[in-house]
Amino acid sequence: MSASTASRTTARPSAAGGSAARAARADGPSGTDAAYAVEFAGLGRTFGRAPGRRQGRAASAAPTTASVDVVRPVLRDVSLTVRPGEVLAILGTSGCGKSTLLRIAGGLDSPSAGSVQIDGSPVTDFDTRCAVGFQEPRLLPWRTVAANVALGLPRGTARDTGRARVAELLDLVGLTAFADHRPAAISGGMAQRASLARALARNPGVLLLDEPFGALDALTRLKMQDLLLDVHAAAPTTVLLVTHDVDEALQLADRIILLGQEPATATGAGTTPGTTPGATIVQELTVPGNRPRDRGSAELAELRGRLLAGLGIDRHGDARGVATSASIPHFPY
Amino acid sequence: MTDTLSSKTAPAVRRPLTSRPGVRVAGGLLLPLLILVAWQLSSTLGLVTIAQLPPPASVWIAAVDLFERGQLTLYVAISTQRVLIGFAIGAALGLATGALVGLSRAADIFFAPTLGAIRAVPSLAWVPLLIIWLKIGEESKITLIAIGAFFPVYTTVAQALRHVDKQLVEAGRAFGLRGVPLFGAVQLPAVIPSVISGLRLALAQAWLFLVAAELIAASMGLGFLLSDSGNNGRVDRILLAIILLALLGKLTDAILGVFEKWAIAKWA
Ligand SMILES: Nc1ncnc2c1ncn2[C@@H]1O[C@H](COP(=O)(O)OP(=O)(O)O)[C@@H](O)[C@H]1O
Ligand SMILES: [Mg+2]
Repeated sequence: MSASTASRTTARPSAAGGSAARAARADGPSGTDAAYAVEFAGLGRTFGRAPGRRQGRAASAAPTTASVDVVRPVLRDVSLTVRPGEVLAILGTSGCGKSTLLRIAGGLDSPSAGSVQIDGSPVTDFDTRCAVGFQEPRLLPWRTVAANVALGLPRGTARDTGRARVAELLDLVGLTAFADHRPAAISGGMAQRASLARALARNPGVLLLDEPFGALDALTRLKMQDLLLDVHAAAPTTVLLVTHDVDEALQLADRIILLGQEPATATGAGTTPGTTPGATIVQELTVPGNRPRDRGSAELAELRGRLLAGLGIDRHGDARGVATSASIPHFPY
Repeated sequence: MTDTLSSKTAPAVRRPLTSRPGVRVAGGLLLPLLILVAWQLSSTLGLVTIAQLPPPASVWIAAVDLFERGQLTLYVAISTQRVLIGFAIGAALGLATGALVGLSRAADIFFAPTLGAIRAVPSLAWVPLLIIWLKIGEESKITLIAIGAFFPVYTTVAQALRHVDKQLVEAGRAFGLRGVPLFGAVQLPAVIPSVISGLRLALAQAWLFLVAAELIAASMGLGFLLSDSGNNGRVDRILLAIILLALLGKLTDAILGVFEKWAIAKWA
C-alpha cells in the first residue's frame, strides 16, 4: 500500500478568512460567537534549547536543565489551515508531537519556528479564544465537579447564567448526579467528561481536545463522540481533536492529518544521522460524507487502511513508536 | 460523612475501639497519670529528697500560692500574649516571604540563601543583640518569638508553592486565570494543608523562643518564673512552670490541630 500518494490530497486556500464562515450563534451565554480559522505556517518545535519565552519560564520550574545542550526537534514544517467550524483530527503515534501541536495552537507553548494564527491574528499566551480539554482531566481536587466545570466559564460570567450553564453542561455529559462530588470520588472516565464539560463551558471559537475519550469505556466513548458532534452542530466551533484511534477520527472529523516522520530519503540535510528531524504532516485526507457516518462503509474502510498503513510506517521507522503499536487497532476491527 | 452513612445503612459495622474519641482521650491521659503516680511514690518512698523532687501536692500548693498572689494568672497571661503576638507577626511575615520566594524565581534567588543563613543562627545568639537594640521591653521578646515563628512558616510555604502541580496551574491559566485570581483558585488551596502544618510547627517554635527570651531578660512570665525559681532553688515552682508550658503548648497546638483537620477535609 502506498501511503505517500495520499499526502496532501486536499489543497485549501490558505487565506480562509475567519469572518467569512461565521455562522449565527444559536443561544447560550457569553463566549465567542463564532468558529475561528486556525492557520499553522511552517511551524516547528524543538525541545532542549530555550527558543521562546515560555520555554525559558518552563525550564526555570521543570527539571529540564539536564538536557540544555541536547536539541531535539519534535515538530517541523507543519503548515495547515483549519477552516472555521471544521473538525480536524490529528493522528499519530504517541510521542510524535500531537499534544505539542495542540498546546502551541492554544498558546500554552510557543513554536521554535513558524507561526500560528487564529482568526487571522497571532495566538497569544493562553489564548482565550481557545478552550483546552487536556489529555489528563486536570480537575482541581478541592473543588466539586460543578465548581470545576464553572472554572471553564468566561471570566466575568454572571452568577445565575454561569450556574445555569454548568447545570446544562453537566446534564450534557451525564454528570448531574455527581455535581457535588469531589474529583477523587468519581471515576477516571467521569473526570474526563467533567474536563470536557469545562472545555465546552466558554463556547470557544477553537476547541482543542487532546485524546478526550481515551480514558472512557467503549460505550461511553461512543456516546461522548455523538455528544461532541451534537455540541458542534449546535454551536459553531472549530475543533482540533488529537486521537490515536483511527476509527474515532473517521467518525468525527471533516479532515484528518497524520503526523509522523517523513521517510529518511526525504529528510533535508543538516540533521545528524541517528536523530530524527521531527514529525510533520505525512498524510492529509478529507473524510467523505456527512456525519454521523456509517462505520462500515467501504469508502471509510479504504481510508482506514491508508491511515493505519501510515501509522505502521512510523511504527517500523521509529523505535519510539513501538509502545503505541498495541493501542492502534488492527484492521478490520 | 462515611461514618453517618455506615451507621445508618449498616449498623452491624462497628468502628474499632481505638477510633472512638472517648477511648482516645482516656488512652492519652493514661501515661500522664502513671507518671504522676510514679512521682508521688518516689517522694513518699523517699527515693529522692524533697529538695530535689517535691511531691505533686507541693507543686499544687505552690500553684495556689502563686495564684493567690495574683502572679500565676499574670505570668500565664503575659507569656501567652507574647507567644500569640510574636507568632502572629512571625507567621504573617513567613507567609508573605514564603509566598514571594515560592512564586517568584527571582525572589528565590535573591532571598533564599540569606534567609537560610539567618535561619541557621541559634535562637539564643539573637538575645544580646535584641536586648541592646530593643531593651528589656516587650519588643525584644516579641521580636525573638517572631523570628522563631517566621522560619517554619516561610520554609513550608515556599516549599509547598514550588511543588504545586504544574499541570493544574497550567489548566488554570488556560481557562483565563492569572495573577491573584490564579493564586486564589489554584496555588493557595493547593498549599493550605502544608501551610497549616507549618503554622503548627511555628507555634511550637514560638513557645520555645518565648522561654529563651524570658529566661534571660524578663520580670514576668513563665520563663521568668523558671529562672527566678532556679535562682531561689524553688523546684516546686520550676515543675509548675514546666507543667504549665506543657499544657499551654498542647492546648494551643490542639486548637490549630482542629483547624488543620477542617482545612484538610475542605482543601485536600
Ligand atoms: N516540555 C517539554 N520538554 C521537553 N520535551 C518535551 C516537552 N513536551 C514534550 N516533549 C517531547 O516532545 C515529544 C512529543 O510529545 P507530545 O506532544 O506529548 O506527544 P504526543 O502527544 O503525540 O504523544 C515527546 O518526545 C516529548 O518527550
Ligand atoms: Mg499527547
